[in-house]
Amino acid sequence: MSESRVFITGTGIISAVGNNADEVFQALKTETSGIGRISLLETVHCDDLPAGEIKLSNRQLREIAGLPSGIPCSRTGLLGLIAARQALRQAKIDDMDACRTGLISGTTAGGMDRSEVFYRSFMDDHRRGRLRDVVTHDCGESTERIADGLSVRDYVATISTACSSSANSILYGSRLLKSGILDRVIVGGTEALTLFTLNGFNSLLILDRNVCRPFDRDRNGLNLGEGAAFLVLESERIALTVPERILCEVTGYGNACDAYHQTASSPEGHGAWLSMKKALETAKLQPDDIDYINAHGTGTQNNDLSEGIAIERLFESGIPLCSSTKSYTGHTLGAAGATEAVICVLTLANQIVFPNLNFNNRMEELHFSPVTTCRRDMRLNHVMSNSFGFGGNNTTIILSGYSHEDLH
Amino acid sequence: MKIYIKGTGIVSPQETFLAGDFPDEVIEYREARYLKCIEPPYREFIDPMTVRRMSRIVRMGVCAAKKCMQDARISMPDAIITGTGLGCIEDTEKFLSSMIRNEERLLNPTPFIQSTHNTISSAIALAIKCHNYNSTYVHRGFSFDNALQDGILFLHENPGSNILVGGLDEITDHSYMITSRMGLWKRQSVNNLSLLEYDDRGSLPGEGVAFFTLGTVNNNNAYARIRATDIQYKPENPESVCLKLSRFLADPGADETGPDLLLLGLNGDPHSDSIYYHLHNKLFKDRHIVYYKHLCGEYDTSVSFALWLAAMIIKRQKVPDVIKLKPFETGEIKNILIYNHVRGINHSFLLITRC
Repeated sequence: MSESRVFITGTGIISAVGNNADEVFQALKTETSGIGRISLLETVHCDDLPAGEIKLSNRQLREIAGLPSGIPCSRTGLLGLIAARQALRQAKIDDMDACRTGLISGTTAGGMDRSEVFYRSFMDDHRRGRLRDVVTHDCGESTERIADGLSVRDYVATISTACSSSANSILYGSRLLKSGILDRVIVGGTEALTLFTLNGFNSLLILDRNVCRPFDRDRNGLNLGEGAAFLVLESERIALTVPERILCEVTGYGNACDAYHQTASSPEGHGAWLSMKKALETAKLQPDDIDYINAHGTGTQNNDLSEGIAIERLFESGIPLCSSTKSYTGHTLGAAGATEAVICVLTLANQIVFPNLNFNNRMEELHFSPVTTCRRDMRLNHVMSNSFGFGGNNTTIILSGYSHEDLH
Repeated sequence: MKIYIKGTGIVSPQETFLAGDFPDEVIEYREARYLKCIEPPYREFIDPMTVRRMSRIVRMGVCAAKKCMQDARISMPDAIITGTGLGCIEDTEKFLSSMIRNEERLLNPTPFIQSTHNTISSAIALAIKCHNYNSTYVHRGFSFDNALQDGILFLHENPGSNILVGGLDEITDHSYMITSRMGLWKRQSVNNLSLLEYDDRGSLPGEGVAFFTLGTVNNNNAYARIRATDIQYKPENPESVCLKLSRFLADPGADETGPDLLLLGLNGDPHSDSIYYHLHNKLFKDRHIVYYKHLCGEYDTSVSFALWLAAMIIKRQKVPDVIKLKPFETGEIKNILIYNHVRGINHSFLLITRC
């Protein structure tokens, strides 16, 4: 039996640069960053650590998500529900029972946004703290909240591989479709901005006090962001029942472990090189075939150097157009892989490469620079998206354009 | 394609680590609030400097993984996949409390670094310099099932490979207090070996780490085969679980005789346990029941302990009396069905077969 192809028929996104795919597209096209002063999260760092915060309160998000007020739900769950609903709408799915459908979500901190509220009261008096603030703590809770909102029954899974979590959702979902275990799967990730992650990254001294500058010689760290993004993946058989919905195809994916250090990337970017190479192998493509790379490009000294060296090693003299979009959205951790996959879908659909913001000087160690102006009217066929996480959990996805003329 | 269990490494509240067999005597915890793991002799597996830097769940995880590879005589797995419901909660609590106490200033990053759920799978990769596939599943009662499903898929995609799949969860004082307030556990301390004899609601919490080396080629030493695995999310009623289970057993074409033994997730909560008895009555009235949570306690990835137990029963062809619901004599044990559910939400099915 030949393996099924994997088609994307819907996308949904909510991030600091927009509450849906159209808004995100407008922001990227006009080079508008969503990074700024933190105003909703109550933190002592609101004036010194900028972030990509979604300027909607939990109450507002609950309204958009259509979730009644009695049900406990973390911000992570709310963001996920909003993005996943958009994806289903675009894919024109209304009957969940029509075929075997699953949901796979990636997140790193799960419902930590509520747990830290709980813990503040609980810490000094173990009888205190509202339980409704902690029942949403574990990562799987937000996934089940989304699954119930969408009426997904057949399969649920949650992945947590740090900053590559939702890239691995795309990878795992694609494999479940190829093997025939599922016919349709909603994949992505969700992450709320929390004190836990903000202070965690700050304790590692890798947060930029200004808007981040990925791949710049003078880059000085990353900005955190929050958001959710989901994509509807369908097997060939299901997607082709209404082929007009097909946006593009997941052709490649690779997962490798850097196995160098718990938080740092290896200087030669071995894990990054391996995950990109594996993705090319599954896609049966050559390095020359890649037209654009949406880099992990966090803006830290370590990541951008390691990733840059890995890209040079793999692509040698033929380095494709490359940019990091984290200077728009911030680093959305568990949601980053899916957020950037949705941006890649927009890239292919509109044949536009979005520029890397705040780039001034090339890194001395590298021979290439990212794209710094919006490139329109491109002829892009294959785009690559990198997501690299703590623990060396590296994942690369390749998306390929789909020509509706192929059908005839 | 056949999936073999070629090695195991298990840390639990019982003496399961060194024995490499079902322990001769089980440990009775007479006044238990929760069951904690007996920690293995780390220094035989990890260098002392590294052990000191690791949190308890990471140490136990790396140690069990190494033991598991030794058992299967492999040194470099082609994939490392873990499942954990709550991950590294000890370090999560540490960072959370210092962040609140210090009002977000001058924080030690180490507990933050070790708080992420993928810490264990990446610490194993780091310990053996393994650059291969690496992933971590964190979906409540499905965490281990998701990891196992990914692993089986990986073996189908890469025949001939050997992989590590593990399930692990830890308990802390705080997590126990919080889940107690949610009403998950018995209000009195209990004797673990009498877990099914209490009438009041709630179960006995526990923890554990279980790693498996899985491969597609039998090295003549394999414990058992994993024949099938499936999950069911929020079934509407016991009947829909019966239906799912009947289909599950029909799918892999299990021997006409069906499972010889049912290994069930009975946890001492009468409400939670009723479905196991219902299923037994309805589908397998003449089959014997064995259970396991009195040995390891209730936790999200306890089904990994059950898998180890089933593999051991099949390999040794003997059933320890302490896990029998009612006394019985067994003949040949070819198939064991594992069925477990966590809070009625996450239902797991596994079918284990003699090689």
